[in-house]
Amino acid sequence: MSDDHLLPPDPDEVSEMDDLRVDPHRESDFEKFPDELTHEQREVAGLSQGQIVRKRFFRHKGAMISLVVLAFIIIVAITSVGAGPIPGWYQWQHTDLIPPVQDEGPTISVVPSFLGGEGLAWGEHPFGVDNQNGKDLFALTMRGVQVTLVVILVLALLSVTLGVMIGALAGFFGGWTDSVLMRITDVILILPLLVIVSVAAFSFGASGLWSVALALGLFSWTGLARLVRAEFLALREREFVDAARVAGASPTRIIFKHILPNTVGTIVVSTTLLMGAGILTEAALSFIGFGIQAPNVSLGALVNDYDTAFGTRPWLFVFPGAMIVIIVLCLQFIGDGMRDAFDPRQKRIPKFKDLEKKQEETKADMATRPNRMHLGG
Amino acid sequence: MFLFIVRRLIASALLLLVASFAVYIMMAYAGDPLGFLNEITNPTQRAAIERDVTEALSLDTSPVVRYFHWLGDALTGDFGISARTRQSVNDELASRIPVTLKLVAASSILSIVIGVIVGIVTALRQYTGFDYIVTFFTFVFFSLPVFWIAVILKDVGGIRFNDWLRDGASISTPVIVTLAIFAGIVGYSIAGGRTPRRLAIASISAVVAAGLLVYLSVSEWFLKPGIGLPVLIPMAAGIAVGVTAIFAGIANRKALYSALSTAALGCVLYTPLQTLFDESGMGWWWTLLLLVVTLVASYLIGIAWGGYDKGLSARVSMLVGFLVALVIFVDRHLQSWQEYSSNPVIRNRPIKTIGDKEARLEGSFWVLNNDTFSHLILPTMALMLISLAAYTRYSRASMLEVLNQDYIRTARAKGLTERTVVVRHGLRNALIPLATVIAFDIGGLLGGAVITETVFEWNGMGRLFIEGLQNLDPNPVMAATMVVGATAVVANIFADIMYSVLDPRIRIHDQ
Repeated sequence: MSDDHLLPPDPDEVSEMDDLRVDPHRESDFEKFPDELTHEQREVAGLSQGQIVRKRFFRHKGAMISLVVLAFIIIVAITSVGAGPIPGWYQWQHTDLIPPVQDEGPTISVVPSFLGGEGLAWGEHPFGVDNQNGKDLFALTMRGVQVTLVVILVLALLSVTLGVMIGALAGFFGGWTDSVLMRITDVILILPLLVIVSVAAFSFGASGLWSVALALGLFSWTGLARLVRAEFLALREREFVDAARVAGASPTRIIFKHILPNTVGTIVVSTTLLMGAGILTEAALSFIGFGIQAPNVSLGALVNDYDTAFGTRPWLFVFPGAMIVIIVLCLQFIGDGMRDAFDPRQKRIPKFKDLEKKQEETKADMATRPNRMHLGG
Repeated sequence: MFLFIVRRLIASALLLLVASFAVYIMMAYAGDPLGFLNEITNPTQRAAIERDVTEALSLDTSPVVRYFHWLGDALTGDFGISARTRQSVNDELASRIPVTLKLVAASSILSIVIGVIVGIVTALRQYTGFDYIVTFFTFVFFSLPVFWIAVILKDVGGIRFNDWLRDGASISTPVIVTLAIFAGIVGYSIAGGRTPRRLAIASISAVVAAGLLVYLSVSEWFLKPGIGLPVLIPMAAGIAVGVTAIFAGIANRKALYSALSTAALGCVLYTPLQTLFDESGMGWWWTLLLLVVTLVASYLIGIAWGGYDKGLSARVSMLVGFLVALVIFVDRHLQSWQEYSSNPVIRNRPIKTIGDKEARLEGSFWVLNNDTFSHLILPTMALMLISLAAYTRYSRASMLEVLNQDYIRTARAKGLTERTVVVRHGLRNALIPLATVIAFDIGGLLGGAVITETVFEWNGMGRLFIEGLQNLDPNPVMAATMVVGATAVVANIFADIMYSVLDPRIRIHDQ
């Protein structure tokens, strides 16, 4: 009984919970059953949903590390070769022809000197040089990162807009709206994404950044739409929606003000994972010749261009590919961290340390009765 | 149920119809399928080809009319001809579907088996080092671009591995030490219980791994692979004990004895089987027959031991029989490995990076199978990485979900052993959602190998589609899309039906 109210299952109940916290009846409940407060309940008691989510997310080590790494990559990618008219700090651009160098290999080094390496060194050409085409690979890769990021941002923007709109309308109104929208979703869903996107990118005029981004965005929203629809189907039956309706709220207001904020978790998580998958799809498209092609640069196009170089000049192939892996991996971990943070059923196994602390606290509580037991906060 | 299937089939057919229309129109506006004509220098020939293709594809009409022409033919089972090659697309399909099936079947079976096992173990050992390691690697596998890893595999697993074989196939000491330490870490993190016990298990696994690697290196096992009777006997005993321990419990003596007798029978029959294997008529039909005989014999052994739970003994015995037979079957292949490898066509470079078979190779059933295997191994690895990660995540999530259910608590409270709780109450229920996921995935398999087929140059469905797209050739693209779409739709319906059959809580209503 008391358990259900202490773990706020939904944001819309948060205010309710805050009221309950100061309710004298509740206090006596705690007093009667102090042991019914589990470890995790104490941790969240008195916090708003947003605070709980943030706290859980910041505790997810993988997600935090990934966030830092991803931020670092984005900052380096933008500042090094510059964006648009703004120049960067790196000496070459992806369009620059550079004179052939003696040693084409990468000059970046992270092996410390006491292990026989050169210490942390940047060098003249950190990722190496492509002598055949006179290109500096670092400049190419950073430009590729920029383009790839633009592609997945467009993809995310389009998919979220389309997916949320379609899912929300289908889920909220039901009936024939639902049938029509979901049948459209099904049509796109039964065809493999790669198939439909390559045909679409092709008919938009292949090889440019925008046509690929557009094609990816226009056909990647199906999963999101289904998830949002399912959320809406469940949420529209809830009491707070009835309350809003009785109070005279219009459907638009109910959708955007009352239901949509409750689906943010699902949307954010699946968009993050979608962006990761989008990078891989973009790369795959480039590989089979329907994505961004040379002279345009994207990470997928770079890997595709240099796929025959692996035997002789592996760095040309490895650095752009590794960059894809790192970015997607970061997005995966961030998505995982957010899923854990948003999931109200999420259980964290407490560490032994924490359990011991809890036992001591309980003991202390027993000793200091009838003082109010503190709520963790 | 019948009404449900009919309704779903009609709905799916309509979906496919709309999807085919969309793709056809997009293809039509993507470009001119006759673009390749410029490559033909002879003007009369060019004009003739142009006339033929235009007529066959009705290119002189509008795309919508053309679509209905195509649809009419497609509904009678004729996918038309390819503009580029002027071959019948139906013939192309017939030759390419088996190739794709061969590729995806191998990787799916392996990734399902390994993925489910790893997923279940990580669920049972949630929040341990093993769980974190596996989770990290599944994320890494999810993040790999298939073609990137495929190119690396081609170089490392193909060219460098073949060089390594040529240079004597010896494993260097640092590699042995590293792998042994890794085995130790895995052993430590899988093992349960207190630290001393886990350390003991860790050191045992490290020592066993090191010993095994030294043996493989010294005996040049990779050049002359084999299992042989001396290894088969302990292996069969291990399989018998292991399978019994998992599915029946060692305390169930009848099951243990039936498993052991099946294993013993396998070992006894090992030598006589070799003469049968060397018969020239040996092929897949014989293999199938032997498998059926094995399963029937193991079933009878289980029943013969009797007891109150005959069925369980019989099932355990059948699984043991299957696994021991598999080992014997693999052993026979390994015996032919040298014959295969030293064949003048293969020239001691057995791991292949291109194609699905060596056309010039001639030899026995075993040699040809080795050839298939050596072509399959690299693309299978590339395909496996991703689906393995997916199945590991699915089965871990599914198992965790089940283990948190009330009936598991009830089972524990009844005092059942941990094995019974996990295997009989947990595993069975965890596999239900997994079965539907698998059914669904199998539907997507035909279209799922586009990249892998391209990198490893397998002439399968994926390449049919890609080449059609590159040549702006509508018919192959439409045929590939329709076959893939139809299998996906059927698999989808099948998954729904399977769910309701496996899980009585879910009912399919006709209304």
